[in-house]
Amino acid sequence: MGLREGLLCLLSKGDAHGYQLKSELEATTGDIWQVNVGQVYTTLQRLERDAMVTARESSGDGRVVYTITERGREEATSWLGTPVALAAAGRDEISLKVLMAIEAGIDQPRRVIERQRGATMTLLQDYTTLKADEAGEELAWQLYLDRLILSAEAELRWLERVEARLDTMTDPDPAEDLHLEVARPQEVTQ
Amino acid sequence: MTEPILSMRRLGKTHGSGAQRVDALVNVDLDLMPGELIAVTGRSGSGKTTLLNMAGALDEPTTGEVIVAGENLATMSKTDLARVRRVAVGYVFQQFNLLPSLTAAENISLPLELDGMKPDEARKLAEKALDEVEMEGMADRYPDQLSGGEQQRVAIARGLVGPRSVLLADEPTGALDEATSEAILKLLRSRCDAGAAALLVTHEPAYAAWADRVVRLRDGRIEGISERTKTPSTTADIS
Repeated sequence: MGLREGLLCLLSKGDAHGYQLKSELEATTGDIWQVNVGQVYTTLQRLERDAMVTARESSGDGRVVYTITERGREEATSWLGTPVALAAAGRDEISLKVLMAIEAGIDQPRRVIERQRGATMTLLQDYTTLKADEAGEELAWQLYLDRLILSAEAELRWLERVEARLDTMTDPDPAEDLHLEVARPQEVTQ
Repeated sequence: MTEPILSMRRLGKTHGSGAQRVDALVNVDLDLMPGELIAVTGRSGSGKTTLLNMAGALDEPTTGEVIVAGENLATMSKTDLARVRRVAVGYVFQQFNLLPSLTAAENISLPLELDGMKPDEARKLAEKALDEVEMEGMADRYPDQLSGGEQQRVAIARGLVGPRSVLLADEPTGALDEATSEAILKLLRSRCDAGAAALLVTHEPAYAAWADRVVRLRDGRIEGISERTKTPSTTADIS
């Protein structure tokens, strides 16, 4: 997810060979995304098949150099211009686990919440440790770190909200009282 | 092995009795080590502030004990307790509580002078404390000439002046904007990295995350503790 389009975006700046694209992709994202060079080559072959890029052997070292086509350029522009669809609420595993704990009573929901909260807080503490040393780091890295921190924070707030709602609840059917829809299995497999 | 600078053993606090009995804190065990920043979180009424007040000898526990720098608060005389409050432990509150008619340096040196220190010696320590919170050259400003963040820095300097090694902070970023709050947390973190120890009460997860350990209280009990890991990783794979 994203590698195909990422390569097209990089190629729209100029021709490049596979290994160069891998290095550029990692550098642009502050080394946050690690990609396997094999995957890069496979993806480039698919892009060639779909007429998004053309390939030619470079005269000097025999490496294959890729050039973006008009169609590839359109694809990259269209990708950048399309917002990523927000995942439907409750489709991630943490939500599912909390909702299942409430619904099925397999584990005390509060214990599930507490364990998750502990794990997420550790994650947030780790990100914050990294943030303390962010001065002088690349912009891509700082932006990505902000994103991780805000996501972890949102998750902690949500867990707190769930707990607060459970606390005020006396209804024998908690899930119903919470007005939470438990996602059907086919909607959560991905 | 290093000794904790502040130690709470089976600490309990009960308000009222009979049907009105409320357990504000139940059997809390917690050690604060030198150089450590501990955040205490939990909802309103979970016991956060009660814990902080007992750690700082502002309130007496119903059960258990608090040991500060090797001394048991319960067996200390009133005079000794007052000394601990003035010398060993510093407080930072949501309101900065600076005296408006005193300069930044005077706000910091006053408690030292009240403790019998000579004014010029107290002044020197106050200036050093101000330097440590990056407030060089602002010693002679009055609180109303300082921004909220600067006033809170003065409050932190006052909390950690001279021989004090334990800082107790109750929502110290309450009235500050996000960027200033973060600067205050960074400062607390760096003061702890330099050897101080702090207990920070906060309801903000993002601020608590600056701590080495985050203690979550629920109904007066420790519900969980999160520790940061030594070598965090954030790399992700895309395909």
